[in-house]
Amino acid sequence: MQAVITVTGKDTSGIVAAVSAECAAHHANISDITQSVVGGYFVMIMIVDIDKLDIDFSEFVDVMTSLGKSKSLVINTMHGNIFDSMHKI
Amino acid sequence: MPLINSNDILETINMIHEDNLDIRTITMGISLFDCVSDDTERLCTRIYDKITRRAEHLVAVGQSIEKKYGIPVINKRIAITPVSYIGGTCDADGFVRIAHTLDRAAADLGVNFIGGYTALVQKGETAGATNLIDSIPEALSTTRCLCGSVNVASTKAGINMYAIAKMGKIIKDLAYRTRDDESFACSKLVVFANAPEDNPFMAGAFCGAGEPDNVINVGISGPGVVASAIKRAGDCDLAQLAETVKRTAFKITRVGQLVAAEAADALDSTLGIVDLSLAPTPAVGDSVAYILEEMGLESCGAHGTTAALALLNDAVKKGGVMAAQHVGGLSGSFIPVSEDAGMIAAVERGALSIEKLEAMTAVCSVGLDMIAIPGDTDESIISGIIADEIAIGVANTKTTAVRVIPAYGKKVGESLEFGGLFGRAPIMRVNTYSPAKFIKRGGRIPAPIHSLKN
Repeated sequence: MQAVITVTGKDTSGIVAAVSAECAAHHANISDITQSVVGGYFVMIMIVDIDKLDIDFSEFVDVMTSLGKSKSLVINTMHGNIFDSMHKI
Repeated sequence: MPLINSNDILETINMIHEDNLDIRTITMGISLFDCVSDDTERLCTRIYDKITRRAEHLVAVGQSIEKKYGIPVINKRIAITPVSYIGGTCDADGFVRIAHTLDRAAADLGVNFIGGYTALVQKGETAGATNLIDSIPEALSTTRCLCGSVNVASTKAGINMYAIAKMGKIIKDLAYRTRDDESFACSKLVVFANAPEDNPFMAGAFCGAGEPDNVINVGISGPGVVASAIKRAGDCDLAQLAETVKRTAFKITRVGQLVAAEAADALDSTLGIVDLSLAPTPAVGDSVAYILEEMGLESCGAHGTTAALALLNDAVKKGGVMAAQHVGGLSGSFIPVSEDAGMIAAVERGALSIEKLEAMTAVCSVGLDMIAIPGDTDESIISGIIADEIAIGVANTKTTAVRVIPAYGKKVGESLEFGGLFGRAPIMRVNTYSPAKFIKRGGRIPAPIHSLKN
């Protein structure tokens, strides 16, 4: 199973490291990252495998949301099924 | 496992965050047939116990799905067996006790609404139906979460004009009883023709006699998503426009299907239907009227509105049908006035009248909805409004409904402020020529012929 983590906010150093470290801490394996900075604004889409998560997905969503708040970023974490349902027949 | 495409991710996130895509409601249908008792006290206890047991986790499951998929689930609701079936031996006071029990169960569970204070009287009334209808003013004006409906007609049975005459009076009474609260109780009562048994939307949700013991029905939303898609489609012709709407409706409905399946599984319920609805909210950009205007009308209500709405409604169904396992409910585009910023604006600029709304309901779901009229409107005129709308449903073999609010003490030019999803209702002009003699005749208008279609 996959989840999609989107991160947006003002660019600062260490965002990718912080998000990746939190994923690693909970055994969410990163399978893809798309990241860019436009006019000082940081945008990242990260796809992670969540089969081996050490906590409930709902807790993982909370963890990532809090991480975002602590770094003045908006971090949304969504279960991948919603994208598969919507875009694949 | 194939990776999820970045464009698809951005499209979904935009739909949710920019275009207000949401799941409007997860509605749990609960059969109350096994609660029946000739002792009102025992009946109320059984009803409370069954509802609070079966729906104990409804709100929590809704919130957990919301969190998992990052999509708002706005309402968690309950629909029950029509109470007139269950309280057949009750008098009007007994029905009011049931109403208070239902309201208490809804409040204790934390759901937004509970629907099913309902009677189906298209051919005539049982004692239970009569007592329930008589109790509606007291029941709905003294409860907060309870919604009611009365089915007064069907294509097979015709139109019960006695019931329609009665409903005009009841709606006036409800408006008066809640005069200090913007006559709000009227927004919790709907009068139907061909009422569906699996509708997840309020005020008309109930769990029909043919439904399973426990069922999950989901209503989706997404006018903003459709409006944006049409905007992006640019100056295409109407066939291409219909294609655009179909594709968008498919995607929206797939989310509804996902949520319905997950909720049914988590709540150990039967997976019912997805209602292929375009349900607006007062939020800017979440309006069905804006879709029609994006198609090329200067204002909703202009000549051409009915045609545009017919295209929209049909395309939503065609796109949605393939996306969901089972569809049902009211499926189609809703056109409530108070709950749609574009409709409100169209009324205020004088472009949209009740007569035009009535015409629009011939091609969409569901009827004259959330329309405020002057408080001094005679009850026979309200019955006339209902009779016209119901006749459209009966003749066209579709569901139609009326939810009007005669705003006590208010006139055209003023408005009712409900707030939240109910929005703001500008008071609309009503044709004041009297239908009283016609309404007073009573009887049942015979069912229409189904051949010689003209």
